[in-house]
Amino acid sequence: MDKRGVQEFRLPDVGEGLVDAEILQWYVRPGDAVEVNQMICEIETAKAAVELPSPYAGTVHELLVEAGSTVDVGTPIITVDVGGGGEAAPAAQARQETEEREKPLVGYGEKAAATRRRPRRRRVPDAAPSGRRPAGPAATGPTAPADPAPEYRAARPGPAAPNGGTRAVLAKPPVRKLAKDLGVDLHEVTPTGSGGVVTRDDVRRYATAAAPSEPARPQAAPADEPAGTPASANGGAALREERIPVKGVRKHTAAAMVNSAFTAPHVTEFLQVDVTKTMEAVRKLRDRPEFSETKVSPLLLVARALLTAVRRNPQINASWDEAAQEIVVKRYVNLGIAAATERGLVVPNIKDADTKPLPELARGIQALTETARAGRTAPEDMSGGTITITNVGVFGVDAGTPIINPGEAAILAFGQIRDLPWVHEGALAVRKVTTLSISFDHRLVDGELGSKVLCDVGTMLEDPEAIALAWG
Amino acid sequence: MSNNTAQKQPELVQLLTPEGELRRHPDYPIDISAEEMRGLYRDLVLVRRVDTEAVALQRQGELGLWASLLGQEAAQIGSGRALRPGDMAFPSYREHGVAWCRGIRPRQLLSMFRGVSNGGWDPHEYGFHLYSIVIASQTLHATGYAMGVQRDGALGADGTAVICYFGDGATSQGDTSEAFNFAAVNNAPVVFFCQNNQWAISEPPERQARVPLYRRAAGFGFPGVRIDGNDVLASLAVTRAALQHAREGQGPMLIEAFTYRMGAHTTNDDPSRYRVSAELEEWRSKDPIERVRTHLTNEGIADDAFFAEVDAEAESIGERVRRECRELPDPDPLDIFHEVYAEPNGHIDRQRADFADYLASFEDADAEGVR
Repeated sequence: MDKRGVQEFRLPDVGEGLVDAEILQWYVRPGDAVEVNQMICEIETAKAAVELPSPYAGTVHELLVEAGSTVDVGTPIITVDVGGGGEAAPAAQARQETEEREKPLVGYGEKAAATRRRPRRRRVPDAAPSGRRPAGPAATGPTAPADPAPEYRAARPGPAAPNGGTRAVLAKPPVRKLAKDLGVDLHEVTPTGSGGVVTRDDVRRYATAAAPSEPARPQAAPADEPAGTPASANGGAALREERIPVKGVRKHTAAAMVNSAFTAPHVTEFLQVDVTKTMEAVRKLRDRPEFSETKVSPLLLVARALLTAVRRNPQINASWDEAAQEIVVKRYVNLGIAAATERGLVVPNIKDADTKPLPELARGIQALTETARAGRTAPEDMSGGTITITNVGVFGVDAGTPIINPGEAAILAFGQIRDLPWVHEGALAVRKVTTLSISFDHRLVDGELGSKVLCDVGTMLEDPEAIALAWG
Repeated sequence: MSNNTAQKQPELVQLLTPEGELRRHPDYPIDISAEEMRGLYRDLVLVRRVDTEAVALQRQGELGLWASLLGQEAAQIGSGRALRPGDMAFPSYREHGVAWCRGIRPRQLLSMFRGVSNGGWDPHEYGFHLYSIVIASQTLHATGYAMGVQRDGALGADGTAVICYFGDGATSQGDTSEAFNFAAVNNAPVVFFCQNNQWAISEPPERQARVPLYRRAAGFGFPGVRIDGNDVLASLAVTRAALQHAREGQGPMLIEAFTYRMGAHTTNDDPSRYRVSAELEEWRSKDPIERVRTHLTNEGIADDAFFAEVDAEAESIGERVRRECRELPDPDPLDIFHEVYAEPNGHIDRQRADFADYLASFEDADAEGVR
């Protein structure tokens, strides 16, 4: 294993049977020196986020995959110049070498191997089904239809010759349907799938490429399509919809929401609140020395009001244990804050938020939202939440009917704050008004308790100074 | 419920505190030379290094899977060094430290995790059975083996003892209860060594049992003891006593080594999804290696030169493991047919011939197909 020149490292299957992973970030750049086992990048698979150690010592030659992209197991992701004599082979050459079949490494799983199907020897069809031919130099001859191992066209991207229609095209039924819908003759499509199978992408690529220059093939056009449909409309069908694979945060969110929405009977209540005094309190807090380094937002006071309401109404901070047929009332509050990030919705929580003085709570919220936006929230920070706030006001809306974070009993939505005409001390005035809404799980929270909590939070926000002592 | 368990946490046998202080225990005296202490330290450091390298090799695609022993070195090295050459150990799949004590080389361990061997070693040659992936199955194998030892009349002060390794999760399997009962009823010479590493993949102990695990033995009618699983001396002394108890015909014993899995369950697992980092930090302060190092330093029985020498040896072992792993030969695909029956079998022979034909059907078969 004396390896010299430029070596490449292919994405291994770090779990058992994973097919791809997302490169979250690179720790190294071209030109950096790396040691054996030095962590070079972080990847996220369906199972875990893990770091990959370099198998080589040397200088990073090239990063072949950008952070943020998802690549198949077996894809070269980095080349390292390990030096040690001879001029460094250019990366392209290193890549070309590995195109040739080599033994798949253990952790690369089946998929990598399957994309390079080994060519089979041709056989003369054997009349006797049980007959076994000694494996000698293979006889050549036309491939018989009954051949148990038909020779496939090499699955290599490139200008593979169109088949001419004499041989059956390999494609799965949904792909055949797609081709039919798009008016694509599968015989014309260059297959890139394993074993010469035409894939969905092949059909789309063909349709897209064909659309601007070629007229639609009239005989293949769907029967219900009006005659004389412009070619662009036909070819453009592939562009009219985009199919985005459901994975990562999206997948997690979908599962959590379905689980919650169809397990916990939700009730949502609304309350409009005059938060003029809360806004004044926010301004005053900003001038206090203990908040000089911290962002003070109305959300902070909403959080504190909710924590106080929880202390007075502990049953709202609970969960339903279906298996044990028990209601679990939590004597601690892990306060979740829903955050919209580039990677999707994440709901990290502040552990033991009820024990934290206001400045610490402010720092907690700030750190948590910053971490979430940077996409660095640790899974442990997202588990164990007991009640959640979602700040829908940042999207410029008044209220929502939020879905409870699974395992919790309630979620408070906080709408935008607007100047509204409001009856204040018996007269009409322009006041800062917001809408609070709370969704609760009716299995364990009745309307009375839910309303009490919502009113409690509302009252505190209307007159924050009156309960300032409670804020600690 | 976890609070309750925590408050009622029973006493455990500890001979070396996390601060590196030696403590006497009335039931488990230990007489250990400076040379032996240094030997234990070396074992601990080297197996950790082998383990670290194996995790990295998995991440680089060289191994299909690896179950890290990080944090459990003391439980394994202590009990492994308590075994005599004639004793027989039945491991689970994480006992790389015990394997080390039995003389199994790292490359033999890696061969199974690389998928180039169905086992990796001859169990009889090393007195160390093959790894058992099926949880708790080995508890019955060990009990059966111990009953065999008994029937061979191989008991006595110089007799044979059997030790069976399993985890906290395995105690929830029926096999473990069956093994406990058979061993108790038959007075079999087997030591049940449970490494309670606090996590059965993602399940904590309070979801496994209502009482501390070591107390389960009492219900079956044999003694159970909890030890500090991060204390190599407690592991050594208590296992030595339990093995002697067994080999002299006094029946089974359960040792619950209270330890902590510092890493993931296996390389497939992401523990940050179910446990908090504060817990990891707490156990880091009880590290099994650090306390031995502190003890060696404080007692003046090892100097910087010794530690540097062990570190250098660890590095060279790490490199060797890496090299040997990559050099492990792929098996002949036809080997699987040889390993089904000891004697010729027509059906298997036909399958073998079919498969040989299939392999020869590739264009490049002559290059690397059938060897």
